[in-house]
Amino acid sequence: MSVTKEVSKIKQTPQSDKIKQKPIVMYEDVHKSFGDVEVLKGINLQIKPGEKLALIGPSGSGKTTIIRMLMTLEEPTEGNIIVGDNNLWKVKKDGEFKRANEKHLRKVRGEIGMVFQHFNLFPHMTILQNCMTGPVQVKKESKASARERSIQMLEKVGLGDKLDNYPNQLSGGQKQRVAMARALVMRPRIMLFDEVTSALDPELVGEVLEVIRDIAQDGEMAMVLVTHEMDFAQEIADRIVFLEDGVIAEEGTPTEVLEQSTNERLQSFLHRFRSSNGN
Amino acid sequence: MNWKWDMFFDAFPFVLQGLGITVALTIACYIFAVVFGFVWTFLKRIPIKSVHWLVSWVMEFIRSTPPLVQLFFIYYALPMVPVIEISLNAFLSAVLGLGLHYSTYIAEVYRSGIESIPKGQWEASTALNFTRRQKWTKIILPQAIPPTIPMLGNYFIIMFKEVPLASTIGVTGILHMANTYGSHHFRYLEALTIVAIIFLVLSYPAAILVRKLEEKMNRRFDKNELLEENKGAVS
Amino acid sequence: MEIFPVLLKGINVTLIVLVLSAILAYLIAFIAGFGRLSNVWIIRKFTGFYIEIFRGTSLIVQLFWFFYAIPMLFNVNLGNELMAGVLAISLNYGAYMSEIVRGSIIAVDKGQTEAAIALNMTRFQRMRYVILPQAVRMMLPEFGNYLIQILKATSLVSLIGMTDILYHGNILRSTNLAMAPTIYLLILVFYFILALPLIFLTRKMESISKKGVAQS
Repeated sequence: MSVTKEVSKIKQTPQSDKIKQKPIVMYEDVHKSFGDVEVLKGINLQIKPGEKLALIGPSGSGKTTIIRMLMTLEEPTEGNIIVGDNNLWKVKKDGEFKRANEKHLRKVRGEIGMVFQHFNLFPHMTILQNCMTGPVQVKKESKASARERSIQMLEKVGLGDKLDNYPNQLSGGQKQRVAMARALVMRPRIMLFDEVTSALDPELVGEVLEVIRDIAQDGEMAMVLVTHEMDFAQEIADRIVFLEDGVIAEEGTPTEVLEQSTNERLQSFLHRFRSSNGN
Repeated sequence: MNWKWDMFFDAFPFVLQGLGITVALTIACYIFAVVFGFVWTFLKRIPIKSVHWLVSWVMEFIRSTPPLVQLFFIYYALPMVPVIEISLNAFLSAVLGLGLHYSTYIAEVYRSGIESIPKGQWEASTALNFTRRQKWTKIILPQAIPPTIPMLGNYFIIMFKEVPLASTIGVTGILHMANTYGSHHFRYLEALTIVAIIFLVLSYPAAILVRKLEEKMNRRFDKNELLEENKGAVS
Repeated sequence: MEIFPVLLKGINVTLIVLVLSAILAYLIAFIAGFGRLSNVWIIRKFTGFYIEIFRGTSLIVQLFWFFYAIPMLFNVNLGNELMAGVLAISLNYGAYMSEIVRGSIIAVDKGQTEAAIALNMTRFQRMRYVILPQAVRMMLPEFGNYLIQILKATSLVSLIGMTDILYHGNILRSTNLAMAPTIYLLILVFYFILALPLIFLTRKMESISKKGVAQS
């Protein structure tokens, strides 16, 4: 707990005030194609500071692509993504928008962290080194301080006794908790979770959700979760966005989307989803 | 720059005379290696520990000593070995020497092909009560051999490029012709360049062919996995 | 029966050619391997051209070309046969090994790069701290194998008059044909003894490599 306070030295905001605040991320008519396939067909979306947003939808609906573009892992085919005061993928030069170079991307994506479906831990580093490498190499933090913060963070996710283990010695749930600690020590203002429980054995899902819940309760960091865990989304999200076929088909509070919506496609998705999960 | 085109055109037909021998030797060495590779593979699978150990080390010995020395041994020394006293001409010496050397590599290709067959295939063929022979000919080899074809093709190209070693014992391939031409005219530049060009012109398209084949094979065998991956990128 | 000491005289030359060629070949392999992955079109094409030329022709042809043809073509002396021998061997095997460098780098899981981007590492940091340490582990076994190949290739320098093991053996054989079996067998054993540590090194590298590429 003590650590996330550090993470969030940004101003404390009561939940109800969020709506009035200036968004920290804005998608403006964003399109994305892979080859001939248009995966996103005009996305308009805003994320407020500290907001917890869940993206749901059938596979292939483009939800992962939305957050991958924000992490600069995919480039939008059309449209703008604005982070803070900066256009993420474009730089204005001589009155014209040019494709952003690596330097610009680095400046803007410093605010963003991400946890991946397949963990993507560095296999040649210990757990502790995995966490320290970001602060030390990227933020030029002193080794001692990075080490201390990393250990605190790993303790927070319940892995204080595994510091010198290598990733391949851990279970999937443990790996994913390391991945979260690694992202958190970078103190991002926005954290992206890309189906972080999808690759886990069912009995390991709980421990990972527990950590996310913990992070969410600390408040100040905005979180975007691409997830298939409906109950969990309902529990922690301020807002749920339902994507289908590359467009936002429904959005609102968890109650609005999951219980009150009359959108047919959403209904059929939820129905299919719940029956396949045996609920 | 000290390049003479007249020398180039003069040397070209002369060097080209050796191409027939070079190609013939390549094919002969390759056939020897491909066939003998099976022998090694078979010998290595004999389930007696000492035999396995011996075969492994003999192969290791052949593989990790220079083919040039092996060539000299076969050509110069074999006739002098008491009792054996086999005298082979230069061409046959090269077939035996290079063929034997590369057969140890080809055997590894076969082995990797056979080992890539999942254990379940053996178990399934046992469950169907196949004989030992049927297991090999109907189930294992038909699966093990096709994926190794690009690798085997690669070894053909490698063999082609190793064959000029035989010029050192007097096989009159293109390199030998170039050296002969060079020593007659006290000029090696153009003749040797011709040899290099011939090798490039023949081996480069062959290499591209093998690469194509490889891609085709990969697609055939990993098709489903690839599809899965693409799906993952989009969702 | 003074074969053994005579052959021993050549071992220096064999070892010198081996060490110099190996170091240079690894260096070239990395330069050319990165060259093939460069963002700059011209660098990519140029290294690709170099690799195809050297992989497309025989080492023995390259050796003769460096020794006989280059001095004639440019009216320069490459210095001596050591230079020609080391250059030919290292450029040849550097070309082959560059493909291993390139292949290993692109074989590192794409998720690793993505995780490094998510940590906001620079291109250099991604390569230096994340990709390369994993790629090198994959390269090791093949690098070991090529070391044995280079050892075998050093025997070719006897053909351009360098006084290595094989050279001394050939001289000896020309004075006494009947000794040929003993001479060549001994030479083979010599090379095998030199190769043995490399064989074990390669096996060691294989086991390191297997450990290193565990899934994240």
